[in-house]
Amino acid sequence: MKEHFKRNMHQYRLLALLGILLIVMGFLVPGKFLTVRNFRNMGFQMAEFGILAIGMSAVIMTGGINLSIVNSAMLASIISSFVMRAMYDGGNGMAELPCIAIGIVVTFAVALLCGLFNGFFVAYIGVIPILVTLGSQTVFDGVALNITRGSSVSGFPKLFQQIGMGTFLGIPYTMLVYLVVILVAYLLIERSYWGISIYMVGGNEKATRFSGINTRKTLMGVYVFSAMMAAVAGILMTSRYNSARADYGSSYTMQAIAATVLGGTSITGGSGHVLGTVIAVAIIQVVSSGFNILKINRNFTDIAIGLILIGMLAIKHFVDKEKMLARK
Amino acid sequence: MPGAESARLFIRLENVSKTFPGVNALTNINFDVRGGEIHGLIGENGAGKSTLIKVLAGVHKPDPGAVIEIDGERVDSLTPTESMRRGIMVIYQDFSLFPTLTVKENIAFSEQIERKRRLVNWKEVEEVSKRALSILGVDIDLNARLNTLSTARQQLVAIARALVYDSKLLVMDEPTSALSSGEVENLFRIMRDLRSRGMGIIFISHKLDELFSIVDRMTVLRDGMYIGTRNAGETDVNEIITMMVGREIKQEHMGGTNIGEIVLEVQDISKRGNFSNVTFNLRRGEILGITGLVGAGRTETVRALFGLNPPDSGTILLEGKPIAPKSPAEAQALGIAYVPESRQTEGLVMQQDAESNITLSILKTFQKNMLIQFPERSKRSVELMQQLNVKPAYPFMQAAKFSGGNQQKIVVAKWLATKPKVLIVDEPTNGVDVGAKTEIHQLLRQLADEGMAVIMVSSELPEILSISDRVLVMRRGRINGEFEAKGLTQERIMERAVLDTRRKEAGA
Repeated sequence: MKEHFKRNMHQYRLLALLGILLIVMGFLVPGKFLTVRNFRNMGFQMAEFGILAIGMSAVIMTGGINLSIVNSAMLASIISSFVMRAMYDGGNGMAELPCIAIGIVVTFAVALLCGLFNGFFVAYIGVIPILVTLGSQTVFDGVALNITRGSSVSGFPKLFQQIGMGTFLGIPYTMLVYLVVILVAYLLIERSYWGISIYMVGGNEKATRFSGINTRKTLMGVYVFSAMMAAVAGILMTSRYNSARADYGSSYTMQAIAATVLGGTSITGGSGHVLGTVIAVAIIQVVSSGFNILKINRNFTDIAIGLILIGMLAIKHFVDKEKMLARK
Repeated sequence: MPGAESARLFIRLENVSKTFPGVNALTNINFDVRGGEIHGLIGENGAGKSTLIKVLAGVHKPDPGAVIEIDGERVDSLTPTESMRRGIMVIYQDFSLFPTLTVKENIAFSEQIERKRRLVNWKEVEEVSKRALSILGVDIDLNARLNTLSTARQQLVAIARALVYDSKLLVMDEPTSALSSGEVENLFRIMRDLRSRGMGIIFISHKLDELFSIVDRMTVLRDGMYIGTRNAGETDVNEIITMMVGREIKQEHMGGTNIGEIVLEVQDISKRGNFSNVTFNLRRGEILGITGLVGAGRTETVRALFGLNPPDSGTILLEGKPIAPKSPAEAQALGIAYVPESRQTEGLVMQQDAESNITLSILKTFQKNMLIQFPERSKRSVELMQQLNVKPAYPFMQAAKFSGGNQQKIVVAKWLATKPKVLIVDEPTNGVDVGAKTEIHQLLRQLADEGMAVIMVSSELPEILSISDRVLVMRRGRINGEFEAKGLTQERIMERAVLDTRRKEAGA
């Protein structure tokens, strides 16, 4: 129990910060922030961002980074949007449900190709992740812009909008999807063979390979996982906006990295927790929703999030350093 | 000991203690070094050598009550700059140089900065560096980038930098651990030369034979306490070892008792630029020592068996069946295990805990319904830690926080967990203290006696002689001699390591 507490100290600190922020916001805008409506709104927005952040976290845990995550989400969404629109044909074509099902399959398939592309160059050719994904970011974005000429694609079955807008017993579907993703990601990353090998590769790829683990598979898996998260987020975004466009969600890339690091994942790899990222995403969401309700300029939100990030990491650094000294 | 008696004290420490929260790193240390003396500082890992050096370097402030006298003057608070200003220069194991800068920049920059130069005087940098290297009597290109030099030459650059500072006391932390024997000789020549110029040198090493060949006096620490100081001429290896471990350790030949049938046959394997025409057998219950100079192709050869360095030609038979592992994973599946030379970069994931490391090779076996069963994994790792006497047996402690010997035991444990048929260990006791060394030797012997086939690559001849059954000597990628270990001497091994026997035979 004590061991558990020690190991997850950073996450408890984050949880405490989240609680404090909720209370402060509740006082600052009484009757507006701590309401069912506001929480539902936050739920709609948080899911897509949170899912992308989880996809980013898995990659960063191996010591890599995926700068193309949002672009693969949008490329997959755009191609599936074309497919859905053509098949639905404004109501004259296929029935709504099979059409949506095919659209979702296409999204996952395109994202899978994006993931394999990144994974191939990182795991099998050995190019540095930041360079591979910087390149693929431009490639995916370029393809998306070319086939859409920069405009948005729409014309889906009505039902498709329900994914991003509908609720079940008052809870947004997006939130339910997010919860399922969190659970699956937790089991995959923190409880599975592949997941444990992620941490080991992030700590020391060579020693892990020398221990009989196929580290190429581990790395390939991470980029594919990240792309699958992109696909889910892409579907939620396309449904919520009722259209797909190359530049949707472009601010999410850096925010996903920020959430990952704020959540306690080391940027050099080897550590981190899914739940840490999830709490960090919630903190960022609370700050930005709160400031929004307070009608504070959007730019101040960025400043606040940046300061929280640096502050929490400084605390973590000092505490870790104390611990090191105490044991030396 | 030229003039050691007459030379005056350069530095004197009295009653130095250092406590960290919960740990007494140093307790009442008395220690002095004279000008023109090479002083060995000895102790097992964790004995307090590093802490003591950091006190000298001004990095750690000793607890109140300590007396530090430099050049007869009492120094109350020693900061890193103050320590350097008074002529103390520490060369750490990693040298603390700048790998992407040139040789001359490394040698002369920090001194220019020290003198608060705003602009670099390149002519002066060049002259200063040239002078320092000529004192050392070595020829290194001043404009070469540091990371293009061999480890031995980088070390000389670090020493040259100390000369620029006009240092009076040079502290060298395990300077020989990465050097070949020729390079060690050269380093010793330079150390003797510096001594004759009146410089004091503190020399830290685990290799007692080296220490005895160069130091004037030696001081032994154990568990943060001062055990004693001896003149090199008035003591011997056994006394020093006893002082270090607090008990006697006997070194004798431990032969195998249970040698069985052939397990591994290596037939004429070659790899361009690595090794050529290597042939040998390995039996169950046997420890096969492979030795030779650094760079003789020993590591490359055993890595070929582990799938890391597949040979271009030749055959490897395991229990009579041909094998050709292409990756460590394949080699592991065949029952071959490899404990690599460098536990920090290849053996362990240092930031992860002992448990994750120990069970890494058998991680898949804890999988049930797609999930890793952590309680089972913990149980197994504790069992393995106890079996190998890893101290402390804390599965959640970070690998980096264990001492060198215990880290090595963790790597060995990781491989024992796979129950291999063939266990290959590469420099198994490099940087490991004396107590843990003996334990590792006994463990290897015990594993062999229980029926495992063991290959041990080592540069340390006493180690090769004490636990091998048979010894292969490699030279320039070839096997240049094969001996029964019983009755073998270091001299005969060295002869094969440095001389080409084929030529000798042809000439005779």
